[in-house]
Amino acid sequence: MRDFAYHRATTLEQAGPLAARAESAILAGGTTLLDLAKCDVIRPAEVVDITRLPGLADIRADAESLHLGALVRMAEAEGHAAVRAACPAVAQALALSASAQIRNMATLGGNLLQRTRCAYYRDPASFPACNRRTPGSGCAAAGGITHNHALLGTSEACIATYPGDFAVALVAFGAVIEIGTRWMPAEEFFLLPGETPHREFALEPGEIVTALCIPASAASRRSAYLKLRDRASYEFASVSVAAGLELAADGTIADVRLALGGVATIPWRLHAVEAVLTGRQPTPAVLREASLLAMQGATPRPDNRHKLDLAPRLVHRALEQLLQGDAA
Amino acid sequence: MPPTPHAAAPAAAPPAVLPQGSPVPNRPITLSINGHDHVVMVEDRTTLLDALRERLHLTGTKKGCDQGQCGACTVHMDGQRVLACLTLARQAEGSAIATIEGLAGADGTLHAVQAAFLAEDAFQCGFCTPGQIMSAVACIREGHAGSEAEIREYMSGNLCRCGAYPHIVAAVQRAAAALPPEASS
Repeated sequence: MRDFAYHRATTLEQAGPLAARAESAILAGGTTLLDLAKCDVIRPAEVVDITRLPGLADIRADAESLHLGALVRMAEAEGHAAVRAACPAVAQALALSASAQIRNMATLGGNLLQRTRCAYYRDPASFPACNRRTPGSGCAAAGGITHNHALLGTSEACIATYPGDFAVALVAFGAVIEIGTRWMPAEEFFLLPGETPHREFALEPGEIVTALCIPASAASRRSAYLKLRDRASYEFASVSVAAGLELAADGTIADVRLALGGVATIPWRLHAVEAVLTGRQPTPAVLREASLLAMQGATPRPDNRHKLDLAPRLVHRALEQLLQGDAA
Repeated sequence: MPPTPHAAAPAAAPPAVLPQGSPVPNRPITLSINGHDHVVMVEDRTTLLDALRERLHLTGTKKGCDQGQCGACTVHMDGQRVLACLTLARQAEGSAIATIEGLAGADGTLHAVQAAFLAEDAFQCGFCTPGQIMSAVACIREGHAGSEAEIREYMSGNLCRCGAYPHIVAAVQRAAAALPPEASS
């Protein structure tokens, strides 16, 4: 790991300019930054510890929204009664992430910014070619083992999967991200790789995520997060789905929210599936018809073709679970 | 500690912005470990794990993967289980750190979790055991040791290459029965 200088920021006004300097990196829980620094993927000359900044670790819920400070630790949000009531999918996504130790360390803001687990990205010594790490250098994954690489939102330059769970739930429920004094929908925060996979988030140098806000909705209150993995625990998603449902008095679907994790380069909202379901009776045939659209537009590879079947089935299962009132 | 990198800093502090490649010199920090303050010289990049093992010679906390994947370096910071390999020593300044060395009583009486690991033969090579025990103490205190399935889920951050998992689960169950939640610290 390269030598770096450590600064502990005491105010947001101080932290921004420090973090904007060349070769500077923001340090919060450390579970991504220090890991990738040890892998030589991120090589900061200085780190700016923001964990002691005041006022960024609140959880508040009211009739309008659920507000989560960026420095709230994953474990605190996972177990918080207001989170569980306002959006069970968020609490479940957090509880199904990482390990208990990492959830005690990692912050919600940092969780959004976690980097892909693409093995080629994480190993620069063995695989110099990575457009995400070194623009223009190529993509070692393209000819490699792609079992958990993305099928959706990919480009010629990059097929790395977005690894997080929490952000999948945020995108499903239309969360907005507070960046100092400006706000941005979560869906616009994550950038498709295109020809610039090294630009992963819609953040300018020195900008700091300060809070996440989930608008209150009936679908959010009746929601769930389902996650399939290659091992039972402490593993990234093979496929995951955040789902929320609101039924009208006549039993038709008034509102439905769906997003996929584990299969796309960014948290993947299923607008097409939602559109097919909205306003209809949730019969088994309708659920099947809609779920089958989940992987529309996918570009599979031989190693990950199974997810074309796996993802629609998990979407279907999530909807059935919510209909049975088994949301929590 | 310097309030900002540009403000007047103690003489021992290095310049705020260093030329690329220049080493960051050691500087002293104070760590509170198992109830005692220790002044230790560290680089800014030194992890809590390396400070414990290489500077303070508290080698009970193990270095397995050094990448946050195995749990062998689990310690408690302010009562919460964390990974010492992904925590900078300087981030731990001002927190109460507990390691395996501080778990037994002053008279050598083993903590209930330590005794349960012996009783259930919950290890083979023993390398992961300090991390398993520190994680288990927290797992029970959190109230996450209610069933075998819950223990397996909430202990999943601690890997055991010997595969002693059935005995580890039994040890956590045994200790949880002896220790009511919230009273095991």
